[in-house]
Amino acid sequence: MLLSLDAATVRFGGRAVLDAVGLDVAEHEVVCVLGPSGSGKSTLLRAVAGLQPLAGGRVLLDGRDQAGVPAHRRGVGLMFQDHQLFPQRDVGANVAFGLRMHGVAKGERDAEVGRLLELVGLPGAARRAVASLSGGEQQRVALARALAPRPRLLMLDEPLGQLDRSLRERLVVELRELFGRLGTTVLAVTHDQGEAFALADRVVVMRDGRIAQSGTPLDVWQRPADAFVARFLGFENLVPATVAGTAADSPWGKLPVPDGSAQGERTVLVRPAGVRLVPADQGLPCTVTARTFKGTHVALRLQPADGPRLEAACALRDAPDPGTPVGVAFDVTETLVLD
Amino acid sequence: MHHKTFVAAAVGLGLVTLSACGSTDTGGATDSRTVTLVSHDSWAVSKDVLKAFEKQSGYKVRVLKDGDAGQAVNKAILTKDNPQGDVFFGVDNTLLSRALDNGLFQPYEAKGLGTVGAEYQLDRDEHRVTPVDHGDICVNYDKAWFSEHRLTPPKSFADLAKPAYKNLLVTENAATSSPGLGFLLGSAARFGDEGWQGYWKKLKANGVKVVDGWEQAYYQEFSGSSEGRKAGGDRPLVVSYASSPPAEVIYAKKRPGTAPTGVSYGTCFRQIEFAGLLSNAKNTKGGKAFIDFLVSKRFQEDMPLNMFVYPVAKGAAVPADFTKYGPAAKDPETMAPGRIAANRDQWVRSWTSLVLK
Amino acid sequence: MAPRKNRAGNAARLGLMALPVAFFALFFAWPVAAIVTRGLRTDGTWHFGRIADVVTQPDLRHVLWFTTWQALASTGLTLLLALPAAYAVARLDFPGRQLLRAVVTVPFVLPTVVAGSAFLALVGHHGLLDQLWGVRLDTTVWAILLAHVFFNYAVVVRTVGGLWAQLDPRQEEAARMLGASPLTAWRKVTLPALAPAVAAAALMVFLFTFTSFGVVQILGGPTFSTLEVEIYRQTSEVFDLSTAAVLTLVQFAAVGAILAVHAWTVRRRETALRLVDPGTTARRPRGAGQWALLAGVLVTVALLLVLPLAVLVRRSLDAPGLGYYRALADTDGGTFLVAPVHAVWTSLEYAVAATAIAVVVGGLAAAALARRDAGRLVRGFDALLMLPLGVSAVTVGFGFLIALDKPPLDLRQSWILVPLAQALVGAPFVVRTMLPVLRAVDVRLREAAAVLGASPWRVWREVDLPLVRRALLVAAGFAFAVSLGEFGATVFIARPDNPTLPVAVARLLSRPGDLNYGQAMALSTILMVVCAVALLVLERLRTDRTGEF
Repeated sequence: MLLSLDAATVRFGGRAVLDAVGLDVAEHEVVCVLGPSGSGKSTLLRAVAGLQPLAGGRVLLDGRDQAGVPAHRRGVGLMFQDHQLFPQRDVGANVAFGLRMHGVAKGERDAEVGRLLELVGLPGAARRAVASLSGGEQQRVALARALAPRPRLLMLDEPLGQLDRSLRERLVVELRELFGRLGTTVLAVTHDQGEAFALADRVVVMRDGRIAQSGTPLDVWQRPADAFVARFLGFENLVPATVAGTAADSPWGKLPVPDGSAQGERTVLVRPAGVRLVPADQGLPCTVTARTFKGTHVALRLQPADGPRLEAACALRDAPDPGTPVGVAFDVTETLVLD
Repeated sequence: MHHKTFVAAAVGLGLVTLSACGSTDTGGATDSRTVTLVSHDSWAVSKDVLKAFEKQSGYKVRVLKDGDAGQAVNKAILTKDNPQGDVFFGVDNTLLSRALDNGLFQPYEAKGLGTVGAEYQLDRDEHRVTPVDHGDICVNYDKAWFSEHRLTPPKSFADLAKPAYKNLLVTENAATSSPGLGFLLGSAARFGDEGWQGYWKKLKANGVKVVDGWEQAYYQEFSGSSEGRKAGGDRPLVVSYASSPPAEVIYAKKRPGTAPTGVSYGTCFRQIEFAGLLSNAKNTKGGKAFIDFLVSKRFQEDMPLNMFVYPVAKGAAVPADFTKYGPAAKDPETMAPGRIAANRDQWVRSWTSLVLK
Repeated sequence: MAPRKNRAGNAARLGLMALPVAFFALFFAWPVAAIVTRGLRTDGTWHFGRIADVVTQPDLRHVLWFTTWQALASTGLTLLLALPAAYAVARLDFPGRQLLRAVVTVPFVLPTVVAGSAFLALVGHHGLLDQLWGVRLDTTVWAILLAHVFFNYAVVVRTVGGLWAQLDPRQEEAARMLGASPLTAWRKVTLPALAPAVAAAALMVFLFTFTSFGVVQILGGPTFSTLEVEIYRQTSEVFDLSTAAVLTLVQFAAVGAILAVHAWTVRRRETALRLVDPGTTARRPRGAGQWALLAGVLVTVALLLVLPLAVLVRRSLDAPGLGYYRALADTDGGTFLVAPVHAVWTSLEYAVAATAIAVVVGGLAAAALARRDAGRLVRGFDALLMLPLGVSAVTVGFGFLIALDKPPLDLRQSWILVPLAQALVGAPFVVRTMLPVLRAVDVRLREAAAVLGASPWRVWREVDLPLVRRALLVAAGFAFAVSLGEFGATVFIARPDNPTLPVAVARLLSRPGDLNYGQAMALSTILMVVCAVALLVLERLRTDRTGEF
């Protein structure tokens, strides 16, 4: 493993911000740590970088314990959330910084800076002042700067956090392609699931300093480990239920669940696509309270007479107006019993 | 340029370390071929005269200037167990007792002491100090002002308290200025322990102005100096030295035919400066030779124009400018060093509350 | 925090602190302790009773009260008059800005005896005020206060202006957009950010005026007495070392209390600031308000600072054909063994050495104090560094004499003693000027450099230094100016016959005669010019930044 965390723990004034975290990142793997703010994901990166001392556990790079190895000798790169470009240096000098620190000769350095700026889509920007860059350009320079010394592990803290949506979506694709091309090992943190899923080979969801779930984007999306992960991924149709066989008894009535689901008191998740609208006199009676156009489909908010609100996805032409009474049926393929 | 920054930093770092090690070679001045003179800031001698001494005696002379006269004496006392030099020059009669009582000097009877007037030899029995020069602290007057106002300049201490001279005198703080102290001691010598306070009450009533130092008195308040005039100085009488008029002539932009200022010879207090061999001197032989040099004719004749003082050696010729524009006082007030030592602090305190408050 | 890391942090801090601690212990604490001990201890017994004797004298209470209130008033007045100028040099772009920065610093280096007499030309008998309105201020406390402004104007302009120029103006603009008036925006956004620098400047002005000596004597006359004057008198004239020792302790206590208050107020305000390139923050004055402010600053500077200096220059030119200047090259004046003009080189040599020492010692101390993990002990050291500004030069000078008299530290006759004493005064300036800027550097910039492979030393060199370079140059300029004009410590230290400029000026002034006075003025003018040129060169260094470092 390129990076292994073994029960890594960080405390701020007694509170565990990182609580016995174990994590492995293989070479050439792109791992995204996903979690709400305050879940400890930035601290995780800082601990790996050597900027944040551990209160317990170990950080291993290439199998070697990094205790006592200062940040500048760990050979990892870190791109900060707000870039932290050196304000007194121009673009080229920012990118060349790591190369200079590693004693790369000037000629070679200049060539590399040119190559990197081209790579991030800013050819010929070397002499520009940092202050004159737009947010997206700063982000690219920060990326080029982090890539320049060819770190064995590149860490990105909210890499696209400050950018507008369209730019973000484009850059995610570019980054993914770039990392694939360079074979870079990446550990990124973000609070945006879309970004994480688009970027990562593997997603790690964090909660309160612990890892809540780890897996491929598809895995995590399809099988959230618990209600927290499901909520964080944006699923709202979660109810406590008693599972017996292939049926679950819930505030929304009896829900069909897949064969082999865990039994007993559980939380049941129904994806919006699994909430089907049926005539008002059938299924669970609900009232449409809101309708949001989502481009490819319409998201509906439904209020049952009893029990928590529901979210449904339906085709544009089928969408009823708010206030319309509807009936709801549940689709077993989109229903999941959480462990 | 950043390299320069670091070079400077490195130099600074080096300096601090060097300073610790460098002491050994500066301390190397203790060898027997060097004689070290500790003096006050006013010490001066012509280059060729000093060279001649070095050549003739074979000693190299190092000079350390150590603040004004009072500081130099105090520091010499503080360091007497491990003195900075061999000879100390510059203790005057107002400080002599302090120096002697603290055992600052060891006895040495200078060769050529016979030429020195007996009235200057205040330690005649033990020869711990050797008189080198003397001077007089006297009231100076602005000649132009007095002729313009058809007034006779004051002649004595008593004159200064007369209504004719109301608001004309400026003097210095006796607590911080050496001429100020000299003038106070002169009045105490003239009027005695009981009388001097009454005299100063009269002076105060007569509008005496007190400033802190000689520079302000002479260059700001005194109308007799050209700078004082420019600065709007309106006091035609100032406490200064008998040698001030010749200095006004010698250090004039354009040499005048006569001095612009005169001396009220009845207001003088005598200052005598001494040199002595320091108690724990490392080069006593060299020190003795240097003291001999200080009373030699060559030095005594060179001294007046360098330090604006008068020689103590009888045969020493005084420069013509001195005899012409500012001869030494014939009959100045004097006071025994012991009496000065016993009363000085008390007098200064009384004077301060009497005159300044 | 893991104990291992903690230890590493401590080691780094101790490493940085070692030299400053050694410096201050050896060249300040020890000499002062030695002279105080000498005063309070005779024949192996302490005489603490002396403390009660001296402290209970009613005179002393009077002196202490005057010393304190005049220092407070001087500090307030200096801030009031100099803060607009700090704004002008930081934020307004007008021709002669750099010259203004240099000019205001000139009074700071002038020997008090010279500046005092020049200042009298403004407020004294037949002075400008007297001629215009019949107002005479000499021998009043106003003369003392105004002269303190004259001397310390630069402290505020340079310390506060240095930081102000680097504050991001967009912050204030943001406040304006949120509906704040210009004044409110300044008060709510800029002032809090400036607070550490303002507090640092105020502290320095206070310490300087609290220990004021020459100004009080020359302009106030003998009726005004500060603690400093008393200490000088007891040490130098009366030679009552026990009284002097008690007074020194009283001054220590007073200065210590001030420093404690200062530390307490500043500590709560320190925040990381967003610093930007000072070249980008200045704008041409816009609107009547800014023009009026600029005009007000220029008039104040012209009246209060330039006019007395001009009087000085005019007096130095009073002889036909630059006679006074030509006389400086003669050795037959008798006042010196060497030509007075030689004092220029002596002064420059001392000043360069003293600046180097002050920058190294102060820079290391500032770097150690700026660390986020600096503990209470280290922060306490911060305050201690300022103590030399609050201790009488005569105490330090006499202390040197009895403390540094044995090998391997027999420095009494070494030339290095003078720059060392001057650096004692310069180093606190370096710390005060650099610390606010260093503390304002975003710690993540340092981290960014570290993960790119920069060792702690490289981080300091590559990240901190470029950001604090301006502060460092300001600090070096101060240290240089302090050293160039330093008189007290220099005259209290025995030295071979090479007078520095201020000492030479004082020597010339102690003699009657036009020529001596004129030469003193000429030499003072040279001192002014040397100082102004040196500061202008430093300003140049700041602007011709080439390459990436």
